[in-house]
Amino acid sequence: MKTHRFLLEIGTEEIPDWMIPPALEQLRGLFEQLLNSNSLSGTVICVDATPRRLVVQAQGLPERQPDSEETLTGPPKAAGDTAAAGFARKLGVPLTDLVTVETPKGEYFAYRKRIEGRPTVEILARELPGLIWNISWPKTMYWRRERERFIRPIRWVVALLDSRVVPFEVAGVASGNVTSGHRQLGRKRIRVTAANYEERLRANYVLVRAAERERKIREETEALLAVRGLHLRRDDALLQTLVYLTEYPTPLVGEFDRAYLDLPHEVLVTVMRHHQKYLSVEDAEGRLAPYFVAVMNMAGDPEGLVKAGNERVLRARFNDARFFWQTDQKKKLADRLHDLAQVTFQTDLGSYLDKTQRVVELVKKLGGNEYAQRAALLAKCDLTTEMVKEFTELQGVIGGLYAREQGEPEPVWRAIYEHYKPESMEDAIPSTPEGRLVSLADKLDTLQGCFRLGMIPSGSKDPFALRRAAQGVVKILVEGKLSLPVTELAGDLPELREFFLDRVRYYFREVRGFRYDEVNAVLAAGWDDLTDVESRLEAIRAVRPTANFEPLAASFKRIRNILRQAEYTGGAPVEPGLLEPGPETELYEAFDGLRSEVEARRREKQYRAALERIASLRPRVDLFFDKVLVNAPDERIRRNRLALLDGLLKEFSTIADFSEIVTEATNS
Amino acid sequence: MTSFQDVLFRLKQYWAERGCVIQEPYDLEVGAGTMCPETFLRVLGPKPYRVAYVQPSRRPADGRYGENPNRLYKHWQLQVILKPAPDDVVDQYLESLEAIGIDLNKHDLKLEEDNWESPTLGAWGIGWQVMLDGLEITQFTYFQQCGGVDLELVPAELTYGLERLAAFLQGTESVYEIQWAPGVTYADVRLADEVQFSVYNFELADVPTLWQLFELHERECRRLLEAYSSYRDKQRFPVLAAYDHVLKCSHLFNLLDSRGAISVTERVAVIGRVRRLAVGVAQLWLEQQAREAA
Repeated sequence: MKTHRFLLEIGTEEIPDWMIPPALEQLRGLFEQLLNSNSLSGTVICVDATPRRLVVQAQGLPERQPDSEETLTGPPKAAGDTAAAGFARKLGVPLTDLVTVETPKGEYFAYRKRIEGRPTVEILARELPGLIWNISWPKTMYWRRERERFIRPIRWVVALLDSRVVPFEVAGVASGNVTSGHRQLGRKRIRVTAANYEERLRANYVLVRAAERERKIREETEALLAVRGLHLRRDDALLQTLVYLTEYPTPLVGEFDRAYLDLPHEVLVTVMRHHQKYLSVEDAEGRLAPYFVAVMNMAGDPEGLVKAGNERVLRARFNDARFFWQTDQKKKLADRLHDLAQVTFQTDLGSYLDKTQRVVELVKKLGGNEYAQRAALLAKCDLTTEMVKEFTELQGVIGGLYAREQGEPEPVWRAIYEHYKPESMEDAIPSTPEGRLVSLADKLDTLQGCFRLGMIPSGSKDPFALRRAAQGVVKILVEGKLSLPVTELAGDLPELREFFLDRVRYYFREVRGFRYDEVNAVLAAGWDDLTDVESRLEAIRAVRPTANFEPLAASFKRIRNILRQAEYTGGAPVEPGLLEPGPETELYEAFDGLRSEVEARRREKQYRAALERIASLRPRVDLFFDKVLVNAPDERIRRNRLALLDGLLKEFSTIADFSEIVTEATNS
Repeated sequence: MTSFQDVLFRLKQYWAERGCVIQEPYDLEVGAGTMCPETFLRVLGPKPYRVAYVQPSRRPADGRYGENPNRLYKHWQLQVILKPAPDDVVDQYLESLEAIGIDLNKHDLKLEEDNWESPTLGAWGIGWQVMLDGLEITQFTYFQQCGGVDLELVPAELTYGLERLAAFLQGTESVYEIQWAPGVTYADVRLADEVQFSVYNFELADVPTLWQLFELHERECRRLLEAYSSYRDKQRFPVLAAYDHVLKCSHLFNLLDSRGAISVTERVAVIGRVRRLAVGVAQLWLEQQAREAA
């Protein structure tokens, strides 16, 4: 059967680069769903985009839907031929076309109606407008009286099955077979088919595929830099931005005066990256070189005009930065402290001066040394500097650099420099103990303050980035090996404690890759000390593959169920006199013998050794369950057995609650 | 060489040919061309309108005593309002750049997301900053709301930074080196202005006096807004005069800000006061428009 190639191109004005990848993911899902729900075969070749077009290409679409059949049930067979004739007449079909069908209520007359599949082009024409409006965007606009909302105005739509137009209208734009090339380099109206689309656009300076644009940028940049003995500072996020800011990207290498390298490189890189979207360049030794890479949305710059223009802009920006640097040096960080009274942190939480005082106290309480306290005192002072007003993303970093310039000792300036870290799950924690404490205290103050005011993040609403702050706290505690009790850090706020627990789970599962049941098992045995949680998790991970572990975990689960069913509340010690000789006594003796040894290992935090000891109990436990009936007729014996099992469970659940471990046996 | 005034002439000519009324700058201090009644009020309501005008825009806090080559207390904007925005508005804009002598086949032009918002005016829009060889030359906005009101006809607002365009065309490193007219530099025309107003704005403006002025204008505006309901001939009611007082308040707020007289906490409250006035004016204006149409 002949199938068709499909093309949808939504032509728009320039879409913000960062919104494109998530939109493409939706577009793919929506289109596949469209095919499925209409029983259309076909596979997506690619979903791709440039700033001015969102594109779906698919192949293997049929000419029409497959035919289907619907059974219309008529009167019961028992009603006789007259009823059947009436049924056939109503449907307008000859009596001979009726069949009888077996139903739970008996035999019935029925008619199998054949439904002819509808043409694919018709289905697409009906469904595509809805698909376009169903893409959701972070922020939309309207541009017509009708007030349809999309990310930017839709200016043309191409919808084709091979070379046949799929006809529909969105926002006053009729679909067709005419696309548009690069704004400057391409033709405005280009007739295409589904098959020659990419090739026609390429000839008009549009590379539809993001991967191809990325390759072009990478390869050409490398070639340009290699001849100068330079190389790119890797920056995947910026590269992606540039890929979605251009239809035909071409990199160029610009230069700046070496004298600017005297400014902090953090500032230079921020100006280039955040303000100009330039990639930074390193020399062979990995030092920042006085060059940059700009990516044009053009085919070239033969006269060097674009290069000269970009260099001029960068020079002006660097001059500004130098001016800010010099101005800011006129007033020391320490002298800016009282200015923080004028900077609001949050209406109900006071100024940054108030916050600073709280953070200093907290650092003291957490055992911070003089350096840490000094850093906490100066940490927010850079908020009043010209440099941070201009480059807000450099807060902290600028404070640290100024502190260094103004002769603060290294532990102080470094702590200020790094006190916003970690800014994401991938970001490292501050490199010094002082920095960790200041960062921790700063975040805790924000969390406690907001939670006390009831400003608790819900769903996507998290204006103070409290999730990130809490995640930072967890990361610093674990990776900084700080054994501080989380309950205390939560300031006795139960909601904050819960919030931390969520973040702890997330951290160990998603960031550290522990299995969810291991995390559950370990957290069930307590989580106030996160460094300890980490050690216990590592022990579980190590012991888990050993032969005895999972079967023992299954037995623990069984024990828990038995105790629950017996509604056993515990209390009584095991009376050895009531134990039956054989497996029961042997289990008890083994348990009794292991107990102090396990406890000793546990106290030394040799969790792995402790777990191995516990796992060695497995044959005894198995034998016990094999040979001994817990629910003995004699109540005293029964209760004694429950006491034995209860002791076993409690004693050995202080490292992890094994009954939380999902084993193959418990899974099935 | 294309002089500063050539850029001005050509852009005005270009937009006049595309049906714009060419207006002259509004004769009160404003922070941006958007604040002029020709934009703030005209974008409201169902009447199509096209206008272009140069607007010297005052931002006291941006003053640098004429010492910074790129920052100015007062800069020149060319403001274009196309209401409703035509379908080919981006192309029309690009052609305007060609009209002042920028060969877009030799330069790199990008539209980068930049949404505009003015809390003081209760106005916002969706759009881009237009980057030419890495230099921001224009703010391009599809207005969505003004004076807190959803707009009936979505206008496109093009705000050209004229000093930047001229510096680009002339390849100068400092705005003060721009040739304003043959043989006359930007410094010749404007430097004293920048120096003196920086001194006034940062050093000499009397804060209590500014607060008094602010309150006087605010009171007068409020008085007018309240008088509307009992005024008989609504069509003749001076909504436009009330708006002048909003502009005065806005400028005085900026001055107080550059004197460092407004704390961050106060800031939000004062913006709210100006915004209430602006929203009040916008509503009366719309009501007058509706009466006129009826």
